[in-house]
Amino acid sequence: MAQTQRPLSPHLQIYKWQVQMVTSILHRATGIALAVGTLMVLWGLLSLAAGEDAFNQFKVCTGSPLGMILMIGWTWALFYHLCNGIRHLIQDAGAGYAIAQFVRSSWLSIVISLVLTLLVWAYVLTAGGAA
Amino acid sequence: MSTNAKDLPKDLQNPLKRARGLGSAQFGVGHWWTQRVTAAGLILLGLWFVVLVLGLLHADYATARATVAKPWNAVLLVAFIVTAFWHAVLGLQVVIEDYVHTRWKEIFLMVAIKFLAVLGVLAGALAVLRIALGA
Repeated sequence: MAQTQRPLSPHLQIYKWQVQMVTSILHRATGIALAVGTLMVLWGLLSLAAGEDAFNQFKVCTGSPLGMILMIGWTWALFYHLCNGIRHLIQDAGAGYAIAQFVRSSWLSIVISLVLTLLVWAYVLTAGGAA
Repeated sequence: MSTNAKDLPKDLQNPLKRARGLGSAQFGVGHWWTQRVTAAGLILLGLWFVVLVLGLLHADYATARATVAKPWNAVLLVAFIVTAFWHAVLGLQVVIEDYVHTRWKEIFLMVAIKFLAVLGVLAGALAVLRIALGA
């Protein structure tokens, strides 16, 4: 692959940024982040099975500043991948390919995922502080 | 029969025989479809999981354990773990195929994520079972 010198097709830096490029890249990035996040879910379950000390340690870690930042990040990653995933499923069914619709649904994925993240964390923080 | 050696075709293989194995492995549709089916499952399971976690925000150890031990929660948690890891492997596989162009690294990573996912599923399912069965 790398040995042959062929002309390359224009890549990202050539294009003017458009929202549908961002949603596509973010879908992959959040997917990778969520794959790592499943390990966090696993840690929670294993610590719950292991005993009270292990579980409290898990809660201390997730409630720490770094833990909270990661949790907020994973919350958004989950909601974004969920919203944009639904968008992709709709597109897989053959709908929503007109340029205007395509751009609008891109923005929808971003906005709805941010709103859901805000709602969840507003609930988390008003329900009396995390962890 | 005095055919010169140079007149003979160098490769006596049938062109079809040569092409076989170089094209599609016929697994593409299965991968694509499974990714969509697990995605559909994760829409429901993911939302349910968020609600479950939010309900456990301030739960102490005993409450959290009792909640996970409820039959429906235990079943859905195992379903969530299996589906999430499965979907993750399918997705990461595409990422690896797209960006890792050294064959041995590609194969190493493909096998590694599958090993990790199977370990993750087994460990997660066992943890839920231990909680559900009170072991």
